[in-house]
Amino acid sequence: MIAGPEPLLEVQDVVKVFDLPHRGFFGAARRLRALAGVSLDIYAEETLGLVGESGCGKTTLGRIIVRLETATEGRVLFRGRDVRARSGTTNSADRRSIQMVFQDATGSLNPRRRVRDIVSLPVRAGGVVAPGLVDDHVSQVLEEVGLPSELGGRYPGQLSGGQQQRVALARAIALEPAVLVADEPLSALDVSVQAQILRLLERIRERRHLAMLFVSHDLAVVRYLCDRVAVMYLGRIVESGPVDEVFDHPRHPYTVALLSAVPSTRQRTDVPIELAGEVPSAADIPPGCPFHPRCWKAQDKCRAVLPQLDSLNGARVACHFPE
Amino acid sequence: MPVAATRAGTDPTPGLKETHSAEHAGERSQNDSVLLRVEKLRTRFHTKNGLVRAVNGVSFSIGPGEVVGIVGESGCGKSVTALSILGLIRPPGEIVSGRVLFEGQDLVGASSGTLRRIRGKEIAMIFQNPLSSLNPVLTIGFQIQEAILEHDRIGRRAARERALDLLQRVGIPEAERRLHQYPHQFSGGMAQRAMIAMALANRPKLLIADEPTTALDVTIQAQIIRLLHRLSGELGMAVLFITHNMGLVAENCHQTLVMYAGKIAESGATDDLFARPLHPYTQALLACVPEVKGERHDLIPLEGFPPDLTVESRGCAFEPRCAQRFDRCPIEDPEPRDAEPGHAVRCHLY
Repeated sequence: MIAGPEPLLEVQDVVKVFDLPHRGFFGAARRLRALAGVSLDIYAEETLGLVGESGCGKTTLGRIIVRLETATEGRVLFRGRDVRARSGTTNSADRRSIQMVFQDATGSLNPRRRVRDIVSLPVRAGGVVAPGLVDDHVSQVLEEVGLPSELGGRYPGQLSGGQQQRVALARAIALEPAVLVADEPLSALDVSVQAQILRLLERIRERRHLAMLFVSHDLAVVRYLCDRVAVMYLGRIVESGPVDEVFDHPRHPYTVALLSAVPSTRQRTDVPIELAGEVPSAADIPPGCPFHPRCWKAQDKCRAVLPQLDSLNGARVACHFPE
Repeated sequence: MPVAATRAGTDPTPGLKETHSAEHAGERSQNDSVLLRVEKLRTRFHTKNGLVRAVNGVSFSIGPGEVVGIVGESGCGKSVTALSILGLIRPPGEIVSGRVLFEGQDLVGASSGTLRRIRGKEIAMIFQNPLSSLNPVLTIGFQIQEAILEHDRIGRRAARERALDLLQRVGIPEAERRLHQYPHQFSGGMAQRAMIAMALANRPKLLIADEPTTALDVTIQAQIIRLLHRLSGELGMAVLFITHNMGLVAENCHQTLVMYAGKIAESGATDDLFARPLHPYTQALLACVPEVKGERHDLIPLEGFPPDLTVESRGCAFEPRCAQRFDRCPIEDPEPRDAEPGHAVRCHLY
């Protein structure tokens, strides 16, 4: 799991603030704090799951890592070098080492380009292989993701959802990345297709020794695929650790509730927990522990003091009263 | 407005499955009352690619207060079944044959006046995306009152009172203020609660819920499911619950129907069906979904694709993807038969 002492990718105290439109002409400027100081490490060949509900900031973090967004504060290091640094300090190989697959495969593929062109364009632009070898390289990658070669001539609109996600995956791995950021790559797919793509991700990860950040709201898939997991709530990591440890012995009440809410085909032995209320807006984060308005264990301290992410039996948890 | 959390276990409201008497959960004898009986329903669509047999001979029944789940993947015909029940199939679609008996009255071919009387009053429906089912330029309060006044000759003021009461019942905080708000001011979970309030406006005997929580986060999904539990118990309302999520069906329904390619592959009491899944498709569906709790099991992906419904197959529709197929399967379409009492399966293995 942990191949070397140095993490491949380090996220250090990343803060992301979005400015919202003024409310009325004389209204005050409103700011939405999507990420409120997030740090995490990903080691070589490791898959880290990032889970949480809509609006917790997990997608924004993924986008900052691949530089689709810029962090307001903090930095992201790849092999110890800042990914935002201009060329000179990073080389182009570094920059294409982090690739992303998106939830909406249809929207992430150019509808006017054939599959083969979609995959070969970044290969040419990045100079991954010599120009004469691009075609062979692309054929090889398409085969690796399980796309029959005749589909190379098709347009994305002629493919099924699962096939489109395979194309998106082919485009990402064609650049020989070291880290793959996968943002909900399965959630738009039917369950039988989900399993096919999940198995494909596993195969590719092993063959290519990829590290992966797997962003998902599907806890069952995260448990299946990931080595470690980080649980986010309102722009902060509230719990992280080895996936079996966190899922079998959740310490943060939010993690407990989240796991309890997942419906299962197996007989339940636990008492289901229902969280009252909804996630507050990230433009209006409660003081103290951001989870306290929904937490059944909340005390005065929780309303006043923000808990830090502390180590606890191999996991890390940000709670004043962990389980 | 955030509310303090509660442990659901301390809530005196029993779960949906428990509120229902055992007589409906198992095999239903002739004497038991039936609210809705669907018989050999066939619905098809004329498309430019040919005739799509979306629902191809579906039969099942729902007792009063019973919760029945239809589970299956996209395109299996589960939503078309629901729309057929409500008479909402429009050209190029048509119901070719079969009956939909609601309290003994056949809704197939019923006059539009009859259907309008039943829709929204006797049978209500909620959909996956509540915000697209609500009119964006009318307030939530107005839309609920409209649903009430459609079927009830009461005054505006009385309708408003009832709308307010409904919003409170579905757990919308500050209902008085919310009544005057527009759909865009509601979160997904609150909008689904408002849709449920509207569906309940006339105390329907049957609620059809088509993927009601698919667009919601898990903690909100748990809230909505629990709300449906409570309301179904309080009102004695039957629910036809359509979903692709096996776990949701397992935890919430008395009866389960597994649909594949327009037909019911397997049906039975939920506990039996999940304890002993018989149809290879049901087994495959369960094997390809990872579990969040307990032991990790290896995923066995279901390879291939559902069949093209424009082509009428001679044999079993699942045969090309089936790991247990044998020589009879491509030749002859199996009839549903009871493998155990009350547990029917459409497969040559049984």
